[in-house]
Amino acid sequence: MLQIITGAISLGLLWAIMTIGVYITYRILNIADLTVEGSITMGAAIAAKALTGGVNPYLAIILAFFGGMLAGLFTGILHTKLKIPALLSGILTMIALYSVNLRIMGTSNLSLIRAETVYMPFQAMGLNQNNAAIVVGLICVSILVAILYWFFGTEIGSVIRATGNNPHMVRAQGVNTDLTIVIGLVLSNGLVAVSGGLIAQSQRFADIQMGTGSIVIGLASVIIGEVLFSRNGFLSKLISLVLGAVIYRVIIAFVLKLGMPANDLKLFTAITVAIALALPIFKEYLQTLKKSSMGVD
Amino acid sequence: MLIVNGLYKTFNSGTCNQKEALINTSIHVRQGDFISIIGGNGAGKSTLLNCIAGVYPIDRGSIVIENTDVTNLPEHKRATVLGRVFQDPMMGTASNMGIEENLALAYRRGKKRGLSWGISNKERSLYKEQLKTLGLGLEERMTTKVGLLSNGQRQALTLLMATLKKPKLLLLDEHTAALDPKTAKKVLEITDQIIKEHNLTAMMVTHNMRDAIKHGNRLIMMHEGQIILDINGEDKKKLTVEALLDRFGKVSGEEFANDRALLS
Repeated sequence: MLQIITGAISLGLLWAIMTIGVYITYRILNIADLTVEGSITMGAAIAAKALTGGVNPYLAIILAFFGGMLAGLFTGILHTKLKIPALLSGILTMIALYSVNLRIMGTSNLSLIRAETVYMPFQAMGLNQNNAAIVVGLICVSILVAILYWFFGTEIGSVIRATGNNPHMVRAQGVNTDLTIVIGLVLSNGLVAVSGGLIAQSQRFADIQMGTGSIVIGLASVIIGEVLFSRNGFLSKLISLVLGAVIYRVIIAFVLKLGMPANDLKLFTAITVAIALALPIFKEYLQTLKKSSMGVD
Repeated sequence: MLIVNGLYKTFNSGTCNQKEALINTSIHVRQGDFISIIGGNGAGKSTLLNCIAGVYPIDRGSIVIENTDVTNLPEHKRATVLGRVFQDPMMGTASNMGIEENLALAYRRGKKRGLSWGISNKERSLYKEQLKTLGLGLEERMTTKVGLLSNGQRQALTLLMATLKKPKLLLLDEHTAALDPKTAKKVLEITDQIIKEHNLTAMMVTHNMRDAIKHGNRLIMMHEGQIILDINGEDKKKLTVEALLDRFGKVSGEEFANDRALLS
């Protein structure tokens, strides 16, 4: 049981990085970016290919980061310069990346059984696989949260936040919103790819299918984090995303433990996200019910 | 200051909804002019302002601001010398962000934005001072999210943002039309005060004849995409609603048919 929980927590922390990437596009830029389905696999593919080629595992993650940023840049150009709707731009990049990722790996599944990973130094200290992943995940997430908290407080970060909120206003203040959107997409997909690279190293393989449905997992984590730990302030928002990603994994681990077939997992996630997205409507409905009942006395 | 020459703008060109919004429109705005622009629905008032601001590309003509031809410059580049307030109070501010954050965004208009902190303590005291001049008590609510403010407060804030960095030209696009009469009056007072204080050049679109007559040193009336009246100086000061309607009838050969302008 303990192993299931630590496994879920470690996975959650690695996916938290992806969740933060999704948050940047979905909440900050106000764009549902499907590129992530391809860029998470791309991160895994780049990291896996690099590792099998004997590249340092940390460097492999950095390479993954750049690969993901490139994917984000591609979507950004499709959307801002060629004026293709954001959703469609993301889908186009996602589809394109399927082929690109196959090219990178040269096969649909790349094993990393014998490769060196970022977790090994911690395993050498006597931690088991899950705990090593938790430590690495915590370190990465902490660094990331600190950097993003700083970045979104800077002048550039502020206009990116404002872009998702009101692009008219941002242009009226002399800022090129095409640029801020592209920066956001690049950053987001870079982080998603890092997440993919870390996941591949943790599970010791990269698979061409591993990104399928990842956007829904990311959204589920974002929403769980917001619903359970919704606070004002950017720092607490970032932390709530991490907690959301972990809790999502713990929930999944439990429903699997309770006997739900693994094949139904994506259906379960999709339904969960649909319900979570509809929560504001339910809340509103409950409030009007309350109001009308209170109006009697 | 601003020279608009032979502007043409057609929307939905080549479809059944084709609309010639501006037809050979020219105007020369002098330094220090405060022009109120009036006209019926679809006269081209807002289109003119939006073309100057670069929101729409124009079909023909040229726009020159202080000897710089901005005709082909994108909206965000022109914004460095323009201050803008919109009809929709939601348009001018970022609702998820605080009052001071919005002001900080506006304070950096025309400057290169880098990786230094988005707002400094020194600025905060400046914003506080500036907010006090609005007389709305916003200086006590610096970190309040703008989404929680009333429409009037948001328009006043937008006005402050538009003029925090002194613009070469202030464009007010029916910025009081969405407000109740009392709030509209207050925002117009603030507008007058800010324009006078900073000695700004401004163009203000309005539906309200009385406001158009009361404010500014120059009045322009538009009709079907053209400027049909341009009243200045002493003539402007002596203007009444009746005289304006009369002159409109003579120039356009039509009755001024716009309930909103007459009743308000």
